[in-house]
Amino acid sequence: MSLEVSQLTVHHGAIRAVNDVTFSVKKGELVAVIGSNGAGKTTLLRTLSGLNKASHGSATWNGHNLLHSKPELIVRHGVSHVSEGKAVIPELTVSENLELGAIWRKNKKESSVSKAEIISIFPRLGERLKQRADTLSGGERQMLAIGRALMSKPEILLLDEPSLGLAPLVVEQIFQTIRDLTTSMGLTVVLVEQNAMGALNIADNGIVLNLGKVAVTGTAKSLIADPQVRAAYLGY
Amino acid sequence: MHRFQKFNNLLLFIAFGFILFLLSNRVDELRVYQGASIAVYVIAISSIILLTGYSGQVSLGHGALLAIGAYSAAVMRNEFNVPIVLCLFIAVLAAAIGGVLLGSAAARLSGPYLAGVTLALAIGLPSLANQFSILGGEQGLIFDVGFPPLRLGEDFTQYKWFFWISSLAALISMWFLSNILRSRYGRNWRAGRSNEVAAQLAGINTGRSKILAFTISAGIAGLAGALLSMTIGTVSPSAFPLALSFSLLTGAVLSGVTTLSGVMIGAVTLVAIPEIADVIANRIGASERITTNLPGLMVSTLLIITVLFVPNGPVEQLRSGKAKKLVRKRIKSLPKPSMEGKI
Amino acid sequence: MIQLINTLLIGITAGSIYALMAIAIVLVWRSTRVINFAQAGMALLSTYFGYEAMVHLSSFWIALPVAMIGGAAVAAFIELVFMRFLLKRSAHGAISGVAPIIATLGLLGVIRALTSAIWGGQDVRIVGPVSNVGYSLGANTLAFSPLKLLILVTVIVLVFLLSLLFQKSNIGLSLRASAFSPEIARLSGIRVDGVRTLGWSLAGASGAVAGMFQTVNGNGSFSPDSIEFSLLLVSGFIAAVIGGLDSLIGAVIGGLVLGLVISFVLMYINSSLFFIAPFVILLIVLFIRPQGIIGAKAARRA
Repeated sequence: MSLEVSQLTVHHGAIRAVNDVTFSVKKGELVAVIGSNGAGKTTLLRTLSGLNKASHGSATWNGHNLLHSKPELIVRHGVSHVSEGKAVIPELTVSENLELGAIWRKNKKESSVSKAEIISIFPRLGERLKQRADTLSGGERQMLAIGRALMSKPEILLLDEPSLGLAPLVVEQIFQTIRDLTTSMGLTVVLVEQNAMGALNIADNGIVLNLGKVAVTGTAKSLIADPQVRAAYLGY
Repeated sequence: MHRFQKFNNLLLFIAFGFILFLLSNRVDELRVYQGASIAVYVIAISSIILLTGYSGQVSLGHGALLAIGAYSAAVMRNEFNVPIVLCLFIAVLAAAIGGVLLGSAAARLSGPYLAGVTLALAIGLPSLANQFSILGGEQGLIFDVGFPPLRLGEDFTQYKWFFWISSLAALISMWFLSNILRSRYGRNWRAGRSNEVAAQLAGINTGRSKILAFTISAGIAGLAGALLSMTIGTVSPSAFPLALSFSLLTGAVLSGVTTLSGVMIGAVTLVAIPEIADVIANRIGASERITTNLPGLMVSTLLIITVLFVPNGPVEQLRSGKAKKLVRKRIKSLPKPSMEGKI
Repeated sequence: MIQLINTLLIGITAGSIYALMAIAIVLVWRSTRVINFAQAGMALLSTYFGYEAMVHLSSFWIALPVAMIGGAAVAAFIELVFMRFLLKRSAHGAISGVAPIIATLGLLGVIRALTSAIWGGQDVRIVGPVSNVGYSLGANTLAFSPLKLLILVTVIVLVFLLSLLFQKSNIGLSLRASAFSPEIARLSGIRVDGVRTLGWSLAGASGAVAGMFQTVNGNGSFSPDSIEFSLLLVSGFIAAVIGGLDSLIGAVIGGLVLGLVISFVLMYINSSLFFIAPFVILLIVLFIRPQGIIGAKAARRA
């Protein structure tokens, strides 16, 4: 089982937001995708989950083609995308947001079991089940978003900047939780982050995107040690 | 706004006027009557182009504003025997006052809410005529503008007279409108329509701007209403049904609601369709029921097709097509960016 | 006193019919962000389906479901064939905001012309299943009859079922999620397009019931040019706007408010102010609360 991306190109009008990107992610791996603003990280994730259309190239998960498919069908292949900006529906309650993640699964019993699991991972959500999602703090919303994605029992999780706008302590919590998920659930994770240090710290491997192209790949440790990466993204 | 351009426009309008005058002498009565109708529609449609295309406010009830103009003109004429030109002025004024009121109420609303209010007005206002006897109730009032002045000659029929008056009114209002649309007010309207917050930040008082748009649009619509009644000869609630408001909106969309240039297209289409429908119905030997409904069907279908495929109207579509080609040519000639050796 | 009660009863009955129409408008608005002006036309068409069923099967109880199913089918068809294409094409451009409004107006015209062409010449009548003769209260006759009771009860049941659907069922959750945030709904595996079609179908069915009831509550006849039709057209929309366009409860309240006000105006003020009353109510409500009675705060800049 793996994510195979080959020569992926995505256009925004005349501009190539993702330009000839090739990489692969094995099952159980946590890959950090870092790069500055406009590097194409978000577009990459959105293309993998079906929200954006690719103009060229291929991307498969477990042999399933991820391009030219609607997002709601891609979820059914085990790909869950937590989009940028605390992807919860504010008007729905915490409980409803979670249920949303499992709606497409026909088995009701399965989804109630899942909800219990999620609450054990994120106890704060359990305290707020009946509250509307827009009453949650930033950190709680992010947890809810991840929880919702987990409800569909994904095999691979695409996370877009989960640390955005959150306090450092909360960020630490969330990163730790993500690491635990990969280790304990055997989840594959593609973690897009501006917080390069935090992401590389928990990741197995890393990809650096610049202006839509893959600039560097390698193990997380080697990237942290790489002087160019350090200068450009790690701040020292 | 270049002075030369202004003068040029004026010349164009006057020239157009002469041509119209010449035409009206050589054409039969039905065409003359249709010509008058076209002129009236031109005025009415242009008022919608201003309100919806430039200021971005949807009105489903312009029929009501036409009614205001028509009734004011008729009452002035009947009760006080006011000369025609003055009646028309009063029609504009009365409708404009209606526009100020409606505009003030509408300034806070947008999209569906505004549409709702104007829809309700379109249905409600004409029936008010039943309330006041001075407005003639169900049968309405007679609007008699009298006969053309004798010095125009014996052959000058009444319909020619109507045609003359409406065309002149159309030319004048088009000139007025095109100037105001090119002015600072027009720019303010378009700015407000594109992005109200940004416009406000740029210092435009969008609330007042919207009300102004409504007022002017209403005044013009009132003029159209008065002229419409003039050509029909009477004013009654049944002359201003909901269908009229919808037709005007249709005409505006057909013309291209964002620009004044195509306004003749919509006007001519609206007047031509009943005739075309007649011809078609006769050709296929259709029953009476189909015949009466064919014009409505054609207009509605045309509206749908236009909105789907030519939403900005034929003129704008042509223009933007040319502009796009130009931009594409320019982009191709730009040097390509390079990303060698960068991390 | 009896006049007051009668006015109330008439208003509530008429208002409940407007509420159904308003619900249809709100359902479409929430799922597609479009005001479907053709809704009343679709209701009219559905009523004609019901009429045909009456003619061939002579049972109102069959005719009503036939109208509902027909209405749902027509609505689904329009959404699938027409709206999806329209929304894709009109996403940009100067009149992108108003394009759907205008398109549905065009659709209304088409439906009107077609129904008039097909059924226009006939004397179309639908008679209710129970009598419309008012109950007696002592020496007076109430403006309330078995038929009106039926209408009221049916509307209450339908509204109750709809809210159950929305609040308690998975489908309802899908409908709400797709309305609030289509992208997140998609990422959660919800077939947003199918859900949208469902929303339209529910609206079509609701409008069909409104059309059928409006007809039997009146004198039984209807046509594209009838007063009943114009009333349905305008009142459904106005009631939805009064209620705030975003909630079903708002639609019900809006419908009742409209029905009651019109009833009182007719009875106590003047019958020819009948048509201007909706306009005045609308202005007053929007003046006090520009988002409608139960409107959500965000959606005004539609």
